[in-house]
Amino acid sequence: MAIAAAESRTVYKLEQNWLVRLFDNKTFLICICLFPAAALLLVFLSYPLGLGIWLAFTDTRIGRMGYFIGFENFESLWHDRVFITAVWNTLLYTGVATVGKFALGLWLALLLNNHLPFKSLLRALILVPWIVPTVLSAIAFWWIYDPQFSIISYVLVDVLGWRDTYIDFLGQPWPARWSLIAANIWRGIPFVAISLLAGLQTISPSLYEAAMLDGANAWQRFRHVTLPMLMPILAVVLTFSVLFTFTDFQLVYAITRGGPVNATHLMATLAFQRGIPGGQLGEGAAIAVAMIPFLVMATLFSYFGLARRKWQQGEDND
Amino acid sequence: MTDQTLGQRPHLTDKESTGVIDWSSGPRRFVMLYLPLSIFVLVLLFPFYWMAITAIKPNAELLDYKNNNPFWVKSPTLENINKLLFHTDYPQWLWTTMMVAVVATALSLFASVLAAYAIQRLKFKGSQYVGLAIYLAYLVPPSILFIPLATLIFQFGLFDSPLALILTYPTFLIPFCTWLLIGYFKSIPYELEECAMIDGATRLQTLRQITLPLAMPGLISAGIFAFTLSWNEFIYALAFIQSAEKKTVPVAVLTQLVEGDVYHWGSLMAGALLGSIPVAILYSFFVDYYVASMTGAVKE
Repeated sequence: MAIAAAESRTVYKLEQNWLVRLFDNKTFLICICLFPAAALLLVFLSYPLGLGIWLAFTDTRIGRMGYFIGFENFESLWHDRVFITAVWNTLLYTGVATVGKFALGLWLALLLNNHLPFKSLLRALILVPWIVPTVLSAIAFWWIYDPQFSIISYVLVDVLGWRDTYIDFLGQPWPARWSLIAANIWRGIPFVAISLLAGLQTISPSLYEAAMLDGANAWQRFRHVTLPMLMPILAVVLTFSVLFTFTDFQLVYAITRGGPVNATHLMATLAFQRGIPGGQLGEGAAIAVAMIPFLVMATLFSYFGLARRKWQQGEDND
Repeated sequence: MTDQTLGQRPHLTDKESTGVIDWSSGPRRFVMLYLPLSIFVLVLLFPFYWMAITAIKPNAELLDYKNNNPFWVKSPTLENINKLLFHTDYPQWLWTTMMVAVVATALSLFASVLAAYAIQRLKFKGSQYVGLAIYLAYLVPPSILFIPLATLIFQFGLFDSPLALILTYPTFLIPFCTWLLIGYFKSIPYELEECAMIDGATRLQTLRQITLPLAMPGLISAGIFAFTLSWNEFIYALAFIQSAEKKTVPVAVLTQLVEGDVYHWGSLMAGALLGSIPVAILYSFFVDYYVASMTGAVKE
């Protein structure tokens, strides 16, 4: 045995020409390993990010290089009612949809955290809205929200008789906004529920036993055991959710394209409309750049959320 | 912590397991647990049912709720699907989407495995900052990148080419996969690699013969995620591709199947349904990996 091992070792030694030795050099290997990822991310992520910020301060249009014009784009946006509506819509959309997703997602997670028949099938089914491409499910919502043939209107008017008229979901500003928010909540629930379920399952049952021995009722157990233990994972999921809801594009573009009359534009869809079909790259970039402060806030929140989590779990978990 | 947390929980009685609400009695358990759960499942799956049923409805039934029950089909037809497959570019769109997703996934996995290996195993000065940079890269959303990227793509002469998508998708796939794989590599004992190296294997041999086979479940879940994310991608495909026949399914369904003000709901729904099926199949095979790594990634 020992001889065989020694022999194989010498075989390896013989094979080691300069190339192999180069690949065993740690510094070289680190560079090689990081190169593909770094190259792709620098060229197609970091550089465009910088370029986007630069474009926001120019009057670039499609097919024409722009000149530096300082804050002019931002000043004109400040007086642009459509942009102000888009900012307001984005905040409303993010705020209401996040609250909805988390309330319903937490509820669903608590329900799933019980002994249920066909538990794994149930979990698989619940995740389906999350894995199906957003635009494709958005098209289904588009059809569900049809003014004449909406199935929701049909149920409310013809089956239940709760209303007299069909609802024009996407034809008026407020119904359109609520319709988009509902579709976003629908899509977000699975992710929140499954993530929080994972969090719930890490909570030791002995904590609940201890709380029950101390006479805590159901609400107190939820408030003083479940919620604090769930907080770290909640912070992470919340950050992602806020970040991606805030910069959402697909759902709105697929269902309303910002209509009726620009009433449901989010910042992302407005940036697209002005930048790509509208050709005003500078202005579009300025709208996109205006999202960055919000994103930085969300990221900092995430950072502290993660830091807090580390502190709770001890130093060794890094 | 990365996987298998779900389902490994010790068995408890109902009363203990809830921890929140006492659902001991039968009717109470029904009202508080099964009823809301069924409503959740119903609402979450209804749009797919509606999609499927619309896709096989003849137009006469589709637009006549007075004489037909809209929740059911009396005389199902394959007309819509037929129209979609043989009278539009749909097969071409499916093929493009598939190709872009597969190549972008392969490229991202390759780059991510190496990057994650470098960050997690070849510990170097500043490796945690590289890890942090990768995490931050994930937080940069495509919505703020697509305008400058469009100008870049144009300069590179990649506009209207699938290559534009293959090269830009890794910007959100690599951060995600690397992050997932760092966690996975962490769970593989380093001693195994050390043994191989003591036996004279080079680091690359170790990576190929020891680490990668052990990291297979992690690679599979990263691959599925990357594939579904590419399949789902919309804004880059919308902005960088112009020719109708080169579009990806999500974009093409939305921009090519809608003709003027007349919506052909049947074929639109068929298009949405068929476009969802590839990811749904992939997902159904690997659902446990998917759930485990999704929750693992969040908990990391």
